[in-house]
Amino acid sequence: MTSRGALYFAIMAVVLIGTGIFQSWNVAFGILMMCMISAIMALGVNIQWGYGGLLNFGVMGFTALGGLTAMLVSYPPVPEAWAAGGSGIMLSLLLLLATVAAVMVARRKVPAQYKTLTTVVLIIAGFFLIRVFYLPAVDRIEAVNPGETGFLGGLGLPIIISWVLGGLVAAGAAWLIGKVALGLRADYLAIATLGIAEIIIAILKYEDWLTRGVKNVTGLPRPAPPQTEVMLAHWFVSINDFFGMDETRAAIALALKVIYVVLFLIVLVTIFWFSERALKSPWGRMMRAIRDNRDAAAAMGKNVTHRHLQVFVLGCAVVGVAGAMLTTLDGQLTPTTYIPLRYTFLIWVMVILGGSGNNWGAVLGGFIIWFVWVQSEPFGHWFMANVTMAMSEDNWLRNHLISGAVYMRYVLMGLILLTVLRFAPSGLIPERSKHSS
Amino acid sequence: MSYLAATHMTCGYGGANIIEDCSITVERGEVAVVVGPNGAGKSTAMKAIFGMLNLTEGSVLLDGQDITHLPPQDRVPKGMAMVPQNRNVFVLMTVQENLEMGAFIREDNIAPTMEQVYELFPVLYEKRYQLAGELSGGQRQQVAVGRALMTQPKLLMLDEPTAGVSPIVMDDLFDRIIEVARTGIAILMVEQNARQALEIADQGFVLVQGQNRFTDTGEALLANAEVRRSFLGG
Amino acid sequence: MDILNAFAMFANFVLIPATAYGAQLALGALGVTLIFGILRFANFAHGELMSFGAMATILATWGLQGMGVSIHPLPTALLALPVGILAAITVALLSDRFVYRFYRHNRASPITFAMASIGLMFLLAGLIRFIIGPQHQHFADGERFLISAFEFRELTGLSQGIAIRQTQVITFVVALVVMAALFWFLQKTKSGKAMRAYSDNEDLSLLSGINPDRVVMIAWMITAALAATAATLYGLDKVYQPFIFLQMLLPIFAATILGGIGQPVGAILGAFVVAYSEVMVTYAFRQVVGLLGPADWVPDSMLQLMSTNYKFAVSFIILVVVLLVRPTGIIRGKVIER
Repeated sequence: MTSRGALYFAIMAVVLIGTGIFQSWNVAFGILMMCMISAIMALGVNIQWGYGGLLNFGVMGFTALGGLTAMLVSYPPVPEAWAAGGSGIMLSLLLLLATVAAVMVARRKVPAQYKTLTTVVLIIAGFFLIRVFYLPAVDRIEAVNPGETGFLGGLGLPIIISWVLGGLVAAGAAWLIGKVALGLRADYLAIATLGIAEIIIAILKYEDWLTRGVKNVTGLPRPAPPQTEVMLAHWFVSINDFFGMDETRAAIALALKVIYVVLFLIVLVTIFWFSERALKSPWGRMMRAIRDNRDAAAAMGKNVTHRHLQVFVLGCAVVGVAGAMLTTLDGQLTPTTYIPLRYTFLIWVMVILGGSGNNWGAVLGGFIIWFVWVQSEPFGHWFMANVTMAMSEDNWLRNHLISGAVYMRYVLMGLILLTVLRFAPSGLIPERSKHSS
Repeated sequence: MSYLAATHMTCGYGGANIIEDCSITVERGEVAVVVGPNGAGKSTAMKAIFGMLNLTEGSVLLDGQDITHLPPQDRVPKGMAMVPQNRNVFVLMTVQENLEMGAFIREDNIAPTMEQVYELFPVLYEKRYQLAGELSGGQRQQVAVGRALMTQPKLLMLDEPTAGVSPIVMDDLFDRIIEVARTGIAILMVEQNARQALEIADQGFVLVQGQNRFTDTGEALLANAEVRRSFLGG
Repeated sequence: MDILNAFAMFANFVLIPATAYGAQLALGALGVTLIFGILRFANFAHGELMSFGAMATILATWGLQGMGVSIHPLPTALLALPVGILAAITVALLSDRFVYRFYRHNRASPITFAMASIGLMFLLAGLIRFIIGPQHQHFADGERFLISAFEFRELTGLSQGIAIRQTQVITFVVALVVMAALFWFLQKTKSGKAMRAYSDNEDLSLLSGINPDRVVMIAWMITAALAATAATLYGLDKVYQPFIFLQMLLPIFAATILGGIGQPVGAILGAFVVAYSEVMVTYAFRQVVGLLGPADWVPDSMLQLMSTNYKFAVSFIILVVVLLVRPTGIIRGKVIER
């Protein structure tokens, strides 16, 4: 990292500390945690875009898969639902696998002229066969206490396991998607991944037996003891008596946040370290060679499609980890909150601003953009309230401006992206060896 | 003073010079041919003359007027027309539309010129409503030349017009090019088929490594023993 | 009689709505395909451009309603549409002047263009929500039905009615007129031919003296006009809500690629294929089939391939299949590098 990069990080630290002092430490830590998650997502996108030149506009989908995994790992199973429809769902899954296997075998064995026909017939047959078991099972599961559960639940394991599993699930999905979509020209890949992400979100939203859909899954267990539990503990009560109620409560709340921060930091540092190692390794150099001149690299015998699949899977895995962490932090899975502007394109602004191809840049971009994104809301309110000071309280324009102020953050993000692209296309911390490699 | 006088041209891509101190001149009503081995900078010289590459040294004069710094599209109204080597027709448009597009900058009646082109290339008249992309290689070249003629150029530049066409079509195309020259148009042509091209050339330029090696009439070059040995295969 | 009833029901729930939706998609896809053909990039801000045009139309509609202007039984929005078109054109030309022109002159890669369009998408999305808010707006104030289901039943004596909403007819008629005008322009006028030439072969069009800035300007103007019209018609037919337009990008891109990039006819075909597939795959055919047989043979199943929730997924599946099977689209468009 250059001294200029160090300076940016120092400024960012000062700004966060300033937020702690002038707003509240709770807010500052809240922002810091989201900054770290954003940084991890930006690292994931940077692996794909900065290392490999892949345009993945499906970040949201992989974030959601991570979130789904967090819920599935941590939420206790719902035995009644399993009894009602578990077997049907499992049978459907087996049939799905069987269909896929049959199609793959058929595509290898069947003579060329019947290939398409056989594939289509197999897919249609599989589709209808699966429905026979799937639909009734879904109906039965969703009928089980719909107000409280109405879904299969999860495994009831510690949620922190999902930080690894979420990455694996996202990686698996990325492998499947990459097999199909990679090899498309960059902007077509972008369109394809945008669509895939929408499908993933649609599944999360509407497959109630799996996710409760729009009814959300709340109350996921946390990796750290919840505040109320701490407050009832004996040692807490005794400290409480000693220091006084309010101060201790605030201190405990903060301490819990610190636990999160430390956990997130471990993940961030680990992923960062591996990313940097990979970037500097012969593998990283080869990736950049492919990115800069795909044809030349292919002519030199590099298996471009295979390498692209590698970075795509790795990048998505990192995004999946971040997605699991995000859901852990929220303590709930709310499928409707996944929107592309926030979970895909905002991450892209982070990467472009920070400097594509540079991991320090991705982290810095994640921090800055998340900070600006969050703080622009109160700032917008304050700004509009001041601008419209002269107007009366019930002036429609005043109310309109104040209520609309929150959307100026989109405008701000657009302006940042356009400005960086135009005037500093290599970002705040540019890629180091752009010209020497 | 020659109609086109491109003198002492030096230029290239990214620092390395492809052509150096290269000079090419064409007279009205004459055919000038640039030949030379692969990588001699023939096509680069053409691009430089048409302004698709910026010269680091040298100048391009058209009819005595300095056009060295004019962008390509502004050279078209000055009377220059170019037929590129590849992708030289609008494949998704009909033959007639291709010709119309050639005459895009003209405000006057283009029908007489189009008639002339159809007279020169009768097969194009038959296929005027067909998409240019559906024509054979030789016919495409005719469309390409016809499109360039529609601007009523005073200088017609052709970059390897016979690349990839059969010898019969090539002879035919060369005949037409001589016909065009007889109407008073200056023609500058880069050719791979050096011998046949020099046969119709009033003036020939042999380029080697971006520099003029021989400059003489086509006849003289064909007679020159060294030219024959080195560039015409004996 | 039952076949007629089944057809009436099918027409009422599938054919007519899908045709209207297809026409709306087609107008959107035409714009995307024009920009794809002329500027050679996927314009992710197209949805927001549509949204902006519709928003301006709605604001103008409110203004007209406030002044008491009405063209009843037609919706006031039709009178306000020129305002929306002008607004969209202004946005498109401004964005070209201050964003895209720079990259065009530098011959930047399509990815850079696409990324810049993301920036504009953010910018416009923010402005739209700031100006009109994120909530949905109904602004169709004309006569609701051209013929209601009840009237149709009275008229024909069928048990199933076909309701034809006025907005559906307006959508179809306007789309037809606009498309005819566009094709006349592209096929018959000098500027239109220059646009096709530029899309076909940029270098050769420069050699012919075609002014690229002018071609690009006209392309943006047409695109913006189509976008504003499409979004206004969609809003009249269903509802206007800002977030819909980012989602609409998918079927629009699907239609564009399905039809062949840079191919206007293809974009229209693609749009109708996408629209019919979306509606048919997610429609429950139970009752239609029930009408075709004896009274009690109605099957238990809904005869619905996919839940309506997956409407957008259908367009995406079409997109993927096209990219894999025939990347050039129905009508051979620009080849997609693989």
